[in-house]
Amino acid sequence: MNAIVTVVGQDKVGIIAAICIRLAGYNVNILDISQTILQGAFTMVMAVDVSKATATIGELSAALAELGAEMDLSIRIQREEIFDAMHNI
Amino acid sequence: MLNRKEILSTIEMIDQQHLDIRTITMGISLLSCCDPDPKKACDKIYDKITRYAEKLVKTGEDIEQEFGIPIVNKRISVTPMALVAGASETEDYVPFALALDRAAQTCGVNFIGGYSALVQKGMTPADEKLIRSIPEALSRTELVCSSINVGSTKAGINMDAVALMGRIIKQTAEATADRDGLGCAKLVVFCNAVEDNPFMAGAFHGVGEAEKVINVGVSGPGVVHHALQAVKGQPFDVVAETVKKTAFRVTRMGQLVAQEASRRLDTPFGIVDLSLAPTPAVGDSVARILEEMGLETCGTHGTTAALALLNDAVKKGGVMASSSVGGLSGAFIPVSEDEGMIAAAKAGTLRLDKLEAMTCVCSVGLDMIAVPGDTPAETISAIIADEAAIGMVNCKTTAVRLLPAPGKTVGGTIEMGGLLGSAPVMPVHPESSADFIARGGRIPAPLHSLKN
Repeated sequence: MNAIVTVVGQDKVGIIAAICIRLAGYNVNILDISQTILQGAFTMVMAVDVSKATATIGELSAALAELGAEMDLSIRIQREEIFDAMHNI
Repeated sequence: MLNRKEILSTIEMIDQQHLDIRTITMGISLLSCCDPDPKKACDKIYDKITRYAEKLVKTGEDIEQEFGIPIVNKRISVTPMALVAGASETEDYVPFALALDRAAQTCGVNFIGGYSALVQKGMTPADEKLIRSIPEALSRTELVCSSINVGSTKAGINMDAVALMGRIIKQTAEATADRDGLGCAKLVVFCNAVEDNPFMAGAFHGVGEAEKVINVGVSGPGVVHHALQAVKGQPFDVVAETVKKTAFRVTRMGQLVAQEASRRLDTPFGIVDLSLAPTPAVGDSVARILEEMGLETCGTHGTTAALALLNDAVKKGGVMASSSVGGLSGAFIPVSEDEGMIAAAKAGTLRLDKLEAMTCVCSVGLDMIAVPGDTPAETISAIIADEAAIGMVNCKTTAVRLLPAPGKTVGGTIEMGGLLGSAPVMPVHPESSADFIARGGRIPAPLHSLKN
């Protein structure tokens, strides 16, 4: 099962590293990363495979939100289907 | 493959434009709970609801977390209670409302709808007993919602029921006077009520429905408003197209959530109700969409046309996005629940007569409108009759949810808080309709040829 991690906030050193370490801790595999600075804000979209993860999406979501609070970023993980439904026919 | 722009646009819709699933509503048939002993019937009702909806709230929360989309309400709708309670040998129907309330509290849902009767052509003794118990039932329960269908295109309008409902609304306001007449926010009078509506206060589980069903109501006025900001000054064809595309996206999300909830709860999927349901939050208003089309204030000339376009485009966009669309689908105009409407009503630019015109083209009717506490019951009945006539003749659902504010006059405000918002008290015509309402009887169903 794939999920999408999105990160929005102020750019700073080590964002990607911190998130990758956190995800690796739960055995989440990263499939694709795309990152840019959009209107001054750091935005990153990451496609991940959570089928072998050691935590549920709900737990991952809580863990990432906690990391986001530490780093002053908005970090969320959502199942890929929601984006598929809204943007692909 | 998804692109970054699409993903971020969804995130922005959820974060900044108040996109959400407004409700997952489980419809439950209570016909199997009929019993001559009212106590046994109430026990059966409680047991059945808590058994079927045991996991409803938890499932809603799980989906919310996994998909990252807020699901604001989890609710239950049941068979119109007059049909179930009618089998019991009792004069007092309030215990049935208390049973519903207890079941809703146990399940943890926000509301339970279906303390209802369908009396468009006539009233059974059970219907009448239920209607007369509404003031007490709504004052002694927290989560129970009540709806009465007084008219339909096929049956006409039951004016005896209309007269009775004027008095019941007044009594309900008085019975809950300590809470600004809040009971009336949970009481709707319909014409052409639908059987699969997931939205409160008018939800009930129709007799033509299955044993249990999952209906989902989506929302998204903020998303539509935002999309229209990008097409400022362009012709209405572009406006309609933009609304359609937005409604399509929002409904696809609703369909996904509905299917997921249906699968997890092992309950058949019923319908997606693709309504633009506003909230009092800034940026989540239907009135502001109409103003975005070029009106200085909601309520001025042009408002009805703008709403007609919006209502139609929402349906057209949504229909293709879901395998089954139903409920009340369209644009709601609940005054107290819409930040832009509250502002327009306070400024005096949005009046009751204009709202009535708007209900000819919106998805429901006169909704969440505060009127002075001393408004005569006959005037309230006459407002219901007008609204039912619009629904009956135009083959659409209309409804009245008026809030006679105890002790308040024009210029006052009822504060209900939360999604119910605040309602500025609006003036009604002071001239009497008493003799009109006193006639009773039935307004015959309209002719459906010779259209002009």
